[in-house]
Amino acid sequence: MSNFYLDNPDIEKTIDAMDLGEVAELQEEGFRFAKECDFAPTNAEDAIDNYKRALCVCGDVAGNRIAPTAEETDKVGNVLNDDGSVTYAPGIALAIKLFGKTRLSGVTIPYYLGGLNMPCVVLTACNDIVSRADASLMNIFGLQGIAETINQFASEEIKAEYVPKLCDGTYTGAMVLTEPDAGSDLQSVKTTATQDADGNWFVNGVKRFITNGCGDVLLVLARTEPEFSDGRGLSCLLVEKGPWVKVRRLEHKLGINGSPTCELVFTDAPAKLIGQRKRGLITYVMSLMNGARVGISAQGTGIGEAAYRAARDYAASRRQFGVTIDSFPALRELMGDMSVELQGSRLLAYYSSKSVDLEMGLSKKFETLKGKPEAQDVRRRMKLYAGFNKMLTPMAKYYASEMSMRAANGAVAVLGGSGFMKDYPVERYLRDSRITTIYEGTSQLQVVAAIAGVMAGLYKDVVADVLNGVEVGPDLLAAVAEINKFAAETDEAAEFVKGHGAGRMYQDLHARQLVDAAIGVVIGSLFVRFAAKFPEKKLALDYWLAAKFPSLRAELAKAKSGYTASVTDFEKLAPMPAAE
Amino acid sequence: MCGMNASKKSGYRCVVCIKQVPDTKKVTGEAMKADGTINRAALPAIFNPEDRNALEAALRVKDEHGGKVIAVAMGLPAACAILRDALMCGADEAYLVTDRKAAGSDTLATSYILSCAVKMFQPDMVFCGRQAIDGDTAQTGPQIAEKLGFAAITYLEDLKMDGDFAIATRDIGTGVEKDRVKLPALFTVTDRFGELRPFDVRRVMKYKKAKAAVENGGEPLEGDLKIGQLSCDDIGAEPERCGFAGSPTNVNKIVSVVLAGGDFKEVAPTDEGVGALVAELVADHTIG
Repeated sequence: MSNFYLDNPDIEKTIDAMDLGEVAELQEEGFRFAKECDFAPTNAEDAIDNYKRALCVCGDVAGNRIAPTAEETDKVGNVLNDDGSVTYAPGIALAIKLFGKTRLSGVTIPYYLGGLNMPCVVLTACNDIVSRADASLMNIFGLQGIAETINQFASEEIKAEYVPKLCDGTYTGAMVLTEPDAGSDLQSVKTTATQDADGNWFVNGVKRFITNGCGDVLLVLARTEPEFSDGRGLSCLLVEKGPWVKVRRLEHKLGINGSPTCELVFTDAPAKLIGQRKRGLITYVMSLMNGARVGISAQGTGIGEAAYRAARDYAASRRQFGVTIDSFPALRELMGDMSVELQGSRLLAYYSSKSVDLEMGLSKKFETLKGKPEAQDVRRRMKLYAGFNKMLTPMAKYYASEMSMRAANGAVAVLGGSGFMKDYPVERYLRDSRITTIYEGTSQLQVVAAIAGVMAGLYKDVVADVLNGVEVGPDLLAAVAEINKFAAETDEAAEFVKGHGAGRMYQDLHARQLVDAAIGVVIGSLFVRFAAKFPEKKLALDYWLAAKFPSLRAELAKAKSGYTASVTDFEKLAPMPAAE
Repeated sequence: MCGMNASKKSGYRCVVCIKQVPDTKKVTGEAMKADGTINRAALPAIFNPEDRNALEAALRVKDEHGGKVIAVAMGLPAACAILRDALMCGADEAYLVTDRKAAGSDTLATSYILSCAVKMFQPDMVFCGRQAIDGDTAQTGPQIAEKLGFAAITYLEDLKMDGDFAIATRDIGTGVEKDRVKLPALFTVTDRFGELRPFDVRRVMKYKKAKAAVENGGEPLEGDLKIGQLSCDDIGAEPERCGFAGSPTNVNKIVSVVLAGGDFKEVAPTDEGVGALVAELVADHTIG
């Protein structure tokens, strides 16, 4: 047993590399809360020290209390009882209780509603730590987005009623979006919410694949405007657990067995409207979803961490041919690659979280400065980060989730036959990792979300922001030059794709190559920032350039090949299997 | 409510005695200096593990029945670190007993000094860890009880309250014993006493700023963040019973023993063979 924050110095180093001074000042609104709240920080240093202490508490609970329960949780899962209630696996029930006691169930929630008022980047680090202990727990721990959505958009009355209880572990929540015929395409949601003569709302319909649908506070996406059949007709409503919501079924899944995935039936369920009508999908769910995507970037990172450690430990003790297997170059390459990708994933996840914090913090600051001359500059920067986030959040989710699958797969490879057995946790990591590339938008959808920013060259502005204020010493100049060179090649490929005669189809076909290359550039610059602060990280930077850029160049070559047959000759390339 | 687990009206005043100790799990060859004393620089100082259990026991009494939890540590100003931990964990007040006159105290002098401090708080219950991982004597708790005239319940595993009585479950090695004990009483708590609570991060953020006067240029802080500081005079301890003067224990010699595997010995799997081995281990005081 160990503290999963203290035994992993990379988390603190990554936090340090983010330089969270401005984030802390924005989050604390100029440290004005210290006057009324005796635990609020008085300056940036104080706040950042709090962030690290919170992570230390998180690492203690995750490493010492939750990790030992993960195997059992995976095995027993959650149980749907005859009366329609759900009994959590013992480890999950314990975790909900402990995280409530620590108040880590309300990391980003304001002090006055019972939370810790910490930035998103701290929640990301918590999710990273929790996912290493038990990836399936993160799905419940990460549902802090429910409290955050209520906090951002609901009336003060609704906030006061629900948010404090979500922070102290009395309640858990769920985001209730997906339906049998509305998965990636949420615009086609059929569940309805109607008002009676007194204006009370009632929800009716069926929802599917709802993580923690057995929770106490359900945020439901439902159609309030029957005259609109698309996203404009949808609103967000809060339904409390009760006889009007029945858990009809718990899904049997490949992985994350600790996370109860429910099918829900709503029958005249009394509901409260969150915010304004018609903004359910367009504003609130998009915000919730973006937060959830940031969460998955952390979950992928945490699974990668667990897998990497299991592989590295095993390889250091397993002997074959008279030596430990970590002395074989092929396994060294595999584990070295896992290690560097893991660090890159963490850098991207934390940096994109910081960028979310800056957008939100600057937006709040702008509200207070409206009309003053300095407001314009704040607004300009807010817009800059808002633009970044549209590209960075999907990039981070995409990269971390794909990385977690590679890492877990690699760990199984390192453990060989043992890795295939249930005696070791790596097969669980492999099963758990698989969902990360699917939910909150598949990898393909993340690419669709990120490609516009890549085509517009926005990733180069991100690089400028990453390197802003970084003292790039002479030993790092060559790396920066190489990153710039590769960025120019990525641009060139993007221009080719833009100009191709097949138009949109060609861009859709090759978007992944371009997004992969742009992620390579962004992570490369993050490694420069990392190495400038921690010289021992130069090795990871050099590896990134030496080992990743060549394969990314090969991907760009595909984008520039003009090849379209995979779409145009699809029927011949991938014929429908004959029935008989 | 009658019978078990009924509260006293006003809740219970609980004092927890805690100690800062070198982390003996991290002992290496550098743990001892040439003169036989501990090389504190080589070992991180931590909250004695079973004292965390003692604190947990007191906090559970307070959670269920109300009252107050007061943490007391004797030691150098550095021991304020564990007093801050106690506050973060849920203690209401924290006091550091620190005095040059207390230097060199053995368990007799330590328990005398602590008993003087504890007496000031007029507790219903005193909680100590079973033993500290640096000395492993398990003497200090029972000796405090003796000086206070309190019943001493050692090896506590579970506790229920019944008005002016406590129902204590203690580990007696071969099983458990249940005692009904009239308060005031002192308990020494083992690591089998339930799970420790994690820190509430809000308390961590607040009490990281708690300080004793000695850490603040001699000025005590105001309000919640104050760690009380007590000298031997403050607690009315007689100087001749403190520190070296009050410590009859005389350390003759300290030897750094490095344990290493040596030869093995085959023991016949018969009653005679095992009997001979047991006799040998008793003779060299390994067991018995």
